[in-house]
Amino acid sequence: MLPPIFGVLFDGIAYGMLLFVLSVGLSVTLGLMNFVNLAHCAFAMLGGYVTVTLVNIFGWPFLATLPVAFVAAAVTSVVLERLLYRRLYRASDLDQVLLTIGLAFISVSVAAYIFGTIQQPIATPAALRGSFDFFGIGLGKYRLFLIGIALLVTLAMVIGLEYTRFGAQVRASVDNQRMARGLGIDVDWTFASTFALGSGLAGLGGALAIEIVGLDPNFSFTYLVYVLIVVSVGGLGSIAGSFAAAMLIGVSDIAGKYYVPELGAFLIYLVMVVVLMWKPAGLFGKR
Amino acid sequence: MANPTPLTPQGYLLARTRWHPLEILFWLATLLPFLVFPNYLSLASQIAITALFALSLDIILGYAGVVSLGHAAFFGIGAYSAAIFSKHVWGEPFSGLLVAAALAGLFGYATSFIISRFRHLPLIMITLGLGLLAHEVANSAHWLTGGSDGFQGVSTEPIFGLFRFDLYGKTAYAYSLAALFIVFLCARRLINSPFGLALRGIRENWNRMPAIGADSRAHIRKAYTIAAVIAGICGALLTQTTNSASLESISFQRSADVLVMLVLGGAGRLYGGLIGAAIFMIARDQFSGIAPQYWYFWIGILLVTVVMLLPNGILGGLSKLLGRWSRK
Amino acid sequence: MRHMMTAAAALLAAATLPVAAQAQGTVKIGVISAYSGQFADTATQIDNGIKLYMKQHGETVAGKKIEIIRKDTGGPNPDVAKRLAQELVVRDNVDILAGFTLTPEALGAASVATEAKKLMVNMNAATAVITERSPYIVRVSLTLPQIAETAGTWLATKGGSKKAYTMVSDFGPGIDAEGAFQRAFKAAGGEIIGSVRMPVANPDFSAFIQRAKDLNPESIFVFVPGGAQPAAIGKAFAERGLDPAKIKIMSTGEAVDEQAIKAMGDVSLGRLSAWHYDYNLKTKNNAAFVKAFNDEFKRNPDFFAVGGYDGMHLIYEALKKTGGKADGDSLVEAAKGMKWESPRGPISIDPATRDIIQTVYIRKVEKVGGAIVNVDIDKVVNVKDPTHK
Repeated sequence: MLPPIFGVLFDGIAYGMLLFVLSVGLSVTLGLMNFVNLAHCAFAMLGGYVTVTLVNIFGWPFLATLPVAFVAAAVTSVVLERLLYRRLYRASDLDQVLLTIGLAFISVSVAAYIFGTIQQPIATPAALRGSFDFFGIGLGKYRLFLIGIALLVTLAMVIGLEYTRFGAQVRASVDNQRMARGLGIDVDWTFASTFALGSGLAGLGGALAIEIVGLDPNFSFTYLVYVLIVVSVGGLGSIAGSFAAAMLIGVSDIAGKYYVPELGAFLIYLVMVVVLMWKPAGLFGKR
Repeated sequence: MANPTPLTPQGYLLARTRWHPLEILFWLATLLPFLVFPNYLSLASQIAITALFALSLDIILGYAGVVSLGHAAFFGIGAYSAAIFSKHVWGEPFSGLLVAAALAGLFGYATSFIISRFRHLPLIMITLGLGLLAHEVANSAHWLTGGSDGFQGVSTEPIFGLFRFDLYGKTAYAYSLAALFIVFLCARRLINSPFGLALRGIRENWNRMPAIGADSRAHIRKAYTIAAVIAGICGALLTQTTNSASLESISFQRSADVLVMLVLGGAGRLYGGLIGAAIFMIARDQFSGIAPQYWYFWIGILLVTVVMLLPNGILGGLSKLLGRWSRK
Repeated sequence: MRHMMTAAAALLAAATLPVAAQAQGTVKIGVISAYSGQFADTATQIDNGIKLYMKQHGETVAGKKIEIIRKDTGGPNPDVAKRLAQELVVRDNVDILAGFTLTPEALGAASVATEAKKLMVNMNAATAVITERSPYIVRVSLTLPQIAETAGTWLATKGGSKKAYTMVSDFGPGIDAEGAFQRAFKAAGGEIIGSVRMPVANPDFSAFIQRAKDLNPESIFVFVPGGAQPAAIGKAFAERGLDPAKIKIMSTGEAVDEQAIKAMGDVSLGRLSAWHYDYNLKTKNNAAFVKAFNDEFKRNPDFFAVGGYDGMHLIYEALKKTGGKADGDSLVEAAKGMKWESPRGPISIDPATRDIIQTVYIRKVEKVGGAIVNVDIDKVVNVKDPTHK
């Protein structure tokens, strides 16, 4: 028999993994492309609503909707990138903030208009409900599933950005745009697809999040702070960093609440401030 | 350009302190609500307070390059100090204002030692973290602040014992506007002083300023403390003119809103925050009057349009357009 | 008896006073709510309740046309609520203030109601003290102590549990609920073996639930605000192995609202709660109300909606009593002691405190014909707020 704290820690890890999937896309766009995209969670929300609509209205199985959520968020983000974001790649951070906050505002009211302000319920497949008994502690099946997805995403991202041609193109375009263009890399296309990847992951995160944290039109803002915390604590552009930061936040939050519940609300913020004071560039940050 | 290029630093600074006719027009226009919109004075008062809050953020963001997402912490400290002071000491407003300014300044000074060590994203996130911690403290100190129900029992006495805060908001607007104008004068003086110039130098190049004898960190600390003092005054003004203080005064939302307003108006221009706050709040009031559930949509459209047409905010974009036009 | 006399007095006053106030022919109601932001759904449902009532009962009452002006506070902002109330009074000349999703909004507007002498109908905000802040405030929703004390007493007596653990959100309403529950539970001979206050913005509950489980309580009392948290804490109970069939989990209504139990599914079965309204409630008027609501808005009403609906009923009936006179003093007099049959059952306004008196139902989540719903298993009638002096 394992002591109960293991069950609690397991939940913390799973929660951290959810934060990871939600935020890793932002880490990519912010870290590699230097674009402050505060509408990141709006793409997550889009993914969430796509999944809810497909499951509840069209009767799709939950798992089948996940790729659709990814694609929908990715495609929408490319359209916006072509129309709006692209023009601000060279603008100041503050203009980028204004644009993306504006988009997030719009997303909130569009969601409220179409789907109403109600909390959206979701029915996950029976195979993901309930929990396993593991030496006396219950492990939620959905949480195990979340951890699995997060590991897959990490693996795919690391391989994709470090070992493929596309990854090399992205890194080249970021380091020196003119040089990359000179070498025949289609920088515009590279940026657009990087952006699509980041937003698509957000969409996936949004779909996965419904079961744990629910979905309503305010989603665009509710998790923005958490996502920013994970990205900055992890270090910009670092996938391993985001992973570690999400783990740290998830586990310290849960452990803190278990042992010192009085500190519950403070702990995440304290951890962030302390980490950043110790390592301003984040755990795995380069700058 | 009609002005001759100033040759000396003194000449440059003096030239900048001269009042432009547009500025005089602007301040005359702030009196219009009394005559033209007597039914909008409560809103005008809250716009003046928010404008002043945006101005205080401008001092650190626009001039010293310190982007803060936790500025509401000082607003909230000011708001709660004024509330607590009026309940437990006395309700005379000016002394409440001073106490709030002093306490907010004290906290600003204390945290400035942390703030001044960081730049860019870590700085933003640390201000955000400190702001959120302040919010949690205010929430958990339920016995002192009233927690999420809001502070109970603010009692503000009439100004000079004569002008009580009326239902129409006349006194409130006069009081907030006077505070805005006086603090603005001080800020204008400050920005056009050698100190203000040094801040701008730090914004442009953090590493080089110490080389010419201006210690970046010390300057940032001063600017941050001053901004905190002003933010504290804003919080106290809001408490006194509405007889209420709540967690919203210290929330992330307020920090984010004021940042949006300042950037909308144009940072680093003194008037940017004022214009941004006025436009944002009037737009919000009008849109939410028409569509209480969906006004975010129109505000969002406003922000996106401004960014696309007028980079660097409304004032930044306009001055660029003007410059292009006058060169032709 | 007393309310009949006040009504008669009001009628007399209405008959004798000059009719200047009635000349306009409209009565304007300013609705102040958090239409946008985190609490938008609350405001939406209150608004739906208002709309439905006006659709069913017409837009004219006592010869007056009713006009609604909606204002958004964006959240718990007393300063904004106060400004909106001022503007509604001085600019739009409203006769009645209504709405109030959240306590700070109601407290912010209270002084305006007093100064302008306007009836202020609180359709939701549940902190007990609100009605004491102005003699013009009437509440038609609920007070938290009303619910939580009933829950405490019931659990320690008929519920048969003597050792309870409390888990509440760490903010005003949560602390109120904790205090009221513990007071009543102890007064009925129970013992509180531990308690925890959880952060308001708290997406994950398993640590708190494990702490509760470690103490092995007979029962747990829960208060979390509506929204995403009820489902989250419900699922966490199941994942940490707390079975509502073995450990009694009692809560207020938010924690087992319609969306929450739908999202929880079978693991919500057996959860207990004390609450004043549910769409599944079997009262005289509820079935018709739920049907009409569904026809209009394609969803079920909840306690927010019934608050808006009953608030409008109070306004309409008060205007009928005053013969269309819309000044605050007449309307408040007319509202005091008013009794009617709401979809939630018989309710009335306490003439002494202007607060709601209503039945509190004890419910259990059960499966009825394949649907998971709250079924009332007991009720306590005519519950007043226990904290008013």
